[in-house]
Amino acid sequence: MTNHWVDIKNADVVLVMGGNAAEAHPCGFKWVIEAKQHNNAKLIVVDPRFTRTAAVADLYVPIRSGTDIIFLGGVIKYLLDYDFINHEYVKNYTDFTFIVREDFNFADGFYSGWDSDKNTYDKASWDYEKGPDGFVKTDPTLKHPRCVGNLMKKHYAAYTPEMVERACGSPRDKFLQTCKLLATCCATDRVATMLYALGWCHHSVGTQNVRIGAMVQLLMGNIGAAGGGTQALRGHSNVQGLTDLGLLSNQLPGYLTLPNDPEQDYGAFIEKRTRKPLRKNQMSYWQNYSKFHVSLMKSWWGAAATAQNNWCYDYLPKHDKQYDVLQQMDMMFNGEMNGFICQGFNPLATVPDKARTTEALSKLKYLVVMDPLAVETAEFWQSHGAYNDVDASKIATEVFRLPSGCFAEEDGAIVNSSRWLQWHWAGAKPPGEARLDIEFMSELFLHLRKLYQTEGGAYPDPILNLSWPYAHAHEPTPEEIAKEYNGKALVDLADPKDPTKIVRKAGEQVAGFGELKDDGSTACGCWIYAGCWTEAGNAMARRDNSDPTGIGQTRNWSWAWPANRRILYNRASCDLAGKPFNQSRKLIEWNGKTWSGVDVPDFKADEDPANGMGPFIMQPEGVARFFGGGSMAEGPFPVHYEPFESPVGYNPLFPDKKDAVNNPAARVFKRDRESLGKKEEFPHVATTYRLTEHFHYWTEHSHLNQVVQPQQFVEIGEGLAKEVGVKAGDWVKVSSNRGSINAVAVVTKRIKVMQIEGKPVHHVGIPIHWGFKALGKPGYIANTLTVAIGDANSQTPEFKSFLVKVERA
Amino acid sequence: MSEPSGEIPRHSVLDRILHWMLVLAFFAAVASGFALFHPSLFFLTALSGGGPWNALLHPFFGLAMMLFFFWFAIPHWRVNLIGKRDIQWLKQFIDVMTHNEEVLPEQDKYNAGQKMLYYILMLCMIGLLLTGFPIWRHYFSGYFPVDIVRLSLLTHAFAAFVLVASVIGHASFAVWVKGSIRSMFKGTVTPGWAYKHHRAWFRQMIRPGGGGGH
Amino acid sequence: MPLQSLDIRRRSATTIQPPAARVEAIPEVAKLIDTTKCIGCKACQVACMEWNDLRDEIGINAGVYDNPPDLSSQSWTVMRYAEYENPKGDLEWLIRKDGCMHCDDPGCLKACPSPGAIVQYANGIVDFQEENCIGCGYCISGCPFDVPRISKKDKKVYKCTLCSDRVAVGLEPACVKACPTGCITFGRKDQLQHDAAERVVELKTRGFDQAGLYDPQGVGGTHVMYVLHHADDPTLYSGLPKEPKISPFVRLWKGAVKPLALGAMAFVALAGFLNMVRGGASETTAKDEEAAQREKEKMHV
Repeated sequence: MTNHWVDIKNADVVLVMGGNAAEAHPCGFKWVIEAKQHNNAKLIVVDPRFTRTAAVADLYVPIRSGTDIIFLGGVIKYLLDYDFINHEYVKNYTDFTFIVREDFNFADGFYSGWDSDKNTYDKASWDYEKGPDGFVKTDPTLKHPRCVGNLMKKHYAAYTPEMVERACGSPRDKFLQTCKLLATCCATDRVATMLYALGWCHHSVGTQNVRIGAMVQLLMGNIGAAGGGTQALRGHSNVQGLTDLGLLSNQLPGYLTLPNDPEQDYGAFIEKRTRKPLRKNQMSYWQNYSKFHVSLMKSWWGAAATAQNNWCYDYLPKHDKQYDVLQQMDMMFNGEMNGFICQGFNPLATVPDKARTTEALSKLKYLVVMDPLAVETAEFWQSHGAYNDVDASKIATEVFRLPSGCFAEEDGAIVNSSRWLQWHWAGAKPPGEARLDIEFMSELFLHLRKLYQTEGGAYPDPILNLSWPYAHAHEPTPEEIAKEYNGKALVDLADPKDPTKIVRKAGEQVAGFGELKDDGSTACGCWIYAGCWTEAGNAMARRDNSDPTGIGQTRNWSWAWPANRRILYNRASCDLAGKPFNQSRKLIEWNGKTWSGVDVPDFKADEDPANGMGPFIMQPEGVARFFGGGSMAEGPFPVHYEPFESPVGYNPLFPDKKDAVNNPAARVFKRDRESLGKKEEFPHVATTYRLTEHFHYWTEHSHLNQVVQPQQFVEIGEGLAKEVGVKAGDWVKVSSNRGSINAVAVVTKRIKVMQIEGKPVHHVGIPIHWGFKALGKPGYIANTLTVAIGDANSQTPEFKSFLVKVERA
Repeated sequence: MSEPSGEIPRHSVLDRILHWMLVLAFFAAVASGFALFHPSLFFLTALSGGGPWNALLHPFFGLAMMLFFFWFAIPHWRVNLIGKRDIQWLKQFIDVMTHNEEVLPEQDKYNAGQKMLYYILMLCMIGLLLTGFPIWRHYFSGYFPVDIVRLSLLTHAFAAFVLVASVIGHASFAVWVKGSIRSMFKGTVTPGWAYKHHRAWFRQMIRPGGGGGH
Repeated sequence: MPLQSLDIRRRSATTIQPPAARVEAIPEVAKLIDTTKCIGCKACQVACMEWNDLRDEIGINAGVYDNPPDLSSQSWTVMRYAEYENPKGDLEWLIRKDGCMHCDDPGCLKACPSPGAIVQYANGIVDFQEENCIGCGYCISGCPFDVPRISKKDKKVYKCTLCSDRVAVGLEPACVKACPTGCITFGRKDQLQHDAAERVVELKTRGFDQAGLYDPQGVGGTHVMYVLHHADDPTLYSGLPKEPKISPFVRLWKGAVKPLALGAMAFVALAGFLNMVRGGASETTAKDEEAAQREKEKMHV
């Protein structure tokens, strides 16, 4: 989230798209209800299904799964055509006026630089035009044909209401009502927020779905304002913490990145990430990159990390490719990965294409499952009738089960969607022989270290030198680890302005990432968490909900990264002179000397606004980007591409371009390409999702959850039910080119047949949640049906759009 | 036909047993029913072992009563057919109450009042039986719409009221007409009793080969 | 036993006035369910089961979202989902939390034959005291909302207690505590009526011209009230009765009929007795025996 849950109450318009907040985030959704009741907000829901969020919406708009970019591209066109944009904001706080390189081009579904032989992009042309000083060229008059605003206008010219109606299946009047409602928020006294979740991410164009949402918000000047922003509603409890701590194959904690294979030189590695300002007097905060990186290395390897060994740069693995879960499964499938440790992960159920997952796991030598629950993955080799039809005698994988505690059985912080680190306390001890994850991991590490110590091995240094400063080596405490993430001074730190003054004694916790250094004098396990546990104590455990101005800014409730800042980019809520655009919900303002207010300024605290520093301080250009440059795999502006299994079969925007149907930048493995089905055989659009009664594949083990939603089902509209000849409660068989499941049919008015490109298209809703280990009524794993192709940037699988056939069972 | 004692047989052994079993079942059903009928009678639940037992047993008491009643009553249908004399007898009910038997039409084995009772009880029992099932919560209520249950509750209570009132009347007459209760234990009545109260029947009984069944 | 044992307004099958001296000072409470803010998440159902230690069976999916499909002795509240296409052609998903309405004039209490099995506290909560329940199920017929359910396990009747145990110690009912959107609120009934009126005004600005409060007067008002988008037709909400009242059959059955019937029966018995007293028994005399003997001889001659 750019903002936070409570702040939603300040919105005037709430757009829920690519998510189903009421069902997936019922507790946070209270703030939408609050906005409706006490801020007279209007709620718009855009979804293929009329969801429980839609049940309390003022406007529901159906949309074909996987066409969000056409819809939002249409909104952008509407805002630009009718001039519903916040000019002051767009001109000063975005790259709207920036001029793009002359060789940049987009035509027929491809950006310049496409190599159709190698199926890759050369992104060199995706850049601003720069002057001899290295700074970007701009045209504040917006006359230049290649300034971002004009390019965008041209790019989205084809995204008309007619196109929205025929490609998205959204009725024209409903689409235009959405545009009109949103457009009211280009005024400075009104603000819209967008709530999205995996409904945007689970597509082969997932990242661009998110980007285009943010672009709409930028046009209306809604990023940085209270009640504005784009809100990623995180699914798993603490999945925000997972990404913060870099538990992705190419990341390090705090969104620092692992070097890749060609980056063998430390200096070049750092230089590339120390991004120089692209305009005059910009903060370009990543200029501090080395401070965070070196402090991280000091936290990990302590005294072993020295300037001489480049802070253990050689210890870091250099990745040759992204090792996301789809890659891992493909490698297992191809026999290239033969051991697998699942910690709190149930891949048999959660990874697309279960048949492939089963085959992949069957080729492992060993599989370790560390989980509080008897998850399906640990029994992937065991036959459970039709629900898991395998022959155990043919599977040689050795499976180890480590019964772990669950979140309620340990202390620690959970990071919510608001980026709040909320400390929690164990409610009970783990049952029986179960142990906390932290103990298993410590045991594993200590054992490995001992083996390296006694037996040696190839390059044992990273293991042998790992800093392990815990009081009880076998049981590090959450407190110790939290303090480690916050970071501390390793030597006395002097005030940079007055070297005779010591501001931080050796061994003390740092107060924030501003104190971190790249000379080895500080250690910090996750720079964005610096400030969570300072000398003042555990800020995450704070529970003071006082809200001085009544707009939900409870700064003494837990702690938010970064720097306890509750609303990111809050500098952009003020005009050029530093005066809040909207006085009634002001966050910060310039008082002539400093920036202050009810939030921590996302800006240099004493920077006079007259000096022209931009509000988006992480960006080298200091402003927000409509033009994504080379940061995205498929291009600088989001383009609609069809899901890999499309009911249309061509791209409605480029009907004649056969190679521009799907995301050209997506990574597609051979087996997955072969597993794709055709619309002729599988005519119905399927989408998988969660139900409010359940949580992933956990609560199938919980009696009460099963009572309130006891059995697997699929949702179909009355039209499709009639075609198939079933009524509510009958059994249907749903098959894709990868497998089939049987389930009870919920027949509903809430899913309507859509007219797409002149032909009727039916959606099929497939809730996940059930597996063969479910209490009471076992179910088929929904991911039997899904496609193992991911978003081109994040490799998040396209769970939300694929083709199936529904029949009477 | 007469007994060696000279008395006239009126109630067979089976009839006597059924009658008194019916009386027992009736008391059980009424006590447990009354307990639920009005708060002031709730103390009667103690007789069945407390409230829950009362609610549990009452339907079974009722069924026992039905069993004995119909077993007892159905075979008597012929002697309870209403004739012209019965109508006349009813018209002169005031003479019945003033011991003025001589001016009354001669009565069969059962007089018109007893026949009336026969039909009233028959109706009540059928009513109680039919309405008893919808309100038998433990097993049957679920199969009936709630309004049927509600109507049954009302009708059941009403039928029970009529039944009880009638039985009180029946008992009063039995006490009032000396020799009646005796006959229900002994099975016979004196010729004088038969002559006085059921002369037509008496004449039938003393005819050679008389008896005409009951 | 009720924690507020002296704060009882009504007690089933009891002809005397319950202790009443303290009653006036206690405000009437209510639960307000704002269906326009309900997202159908069933948190209330789960909270109810958790607080009251209820564990219904894991059932089946019958082709709808409603689960468990109906109230039971183990499910004192259930969500009911109705798909309604309004005259404008737009779909509305009307979701209603169903359960005991805590009528001010409770039909269950009226119907109950067991003293103290059903009580109404001074604050308006209608509560079943299962240890006094005899399992006759009369309350089920008495209820205009079809709420009480008999347990197969112990043949006693159960329903929402409005968490009388929590309310007695100053807590809100469990469902209210768990409701994530503030759709269910709890407090003084007059205050909630006021809140509801504000909601209705707001809903009318959003185009729900018929929005209103459901507090049916046919049962004296209820201590569970709904804010409805379509107060003109509550039946849209999975058959919420439009004008609920205690069935006339039940009123008749439990009304004046019973004392009258008792009186009538007593009268019959008394009349029989007095008849005896008045004229003595109808005895067979020696004269009758002689007459009989004469007849007999005549017959045999």
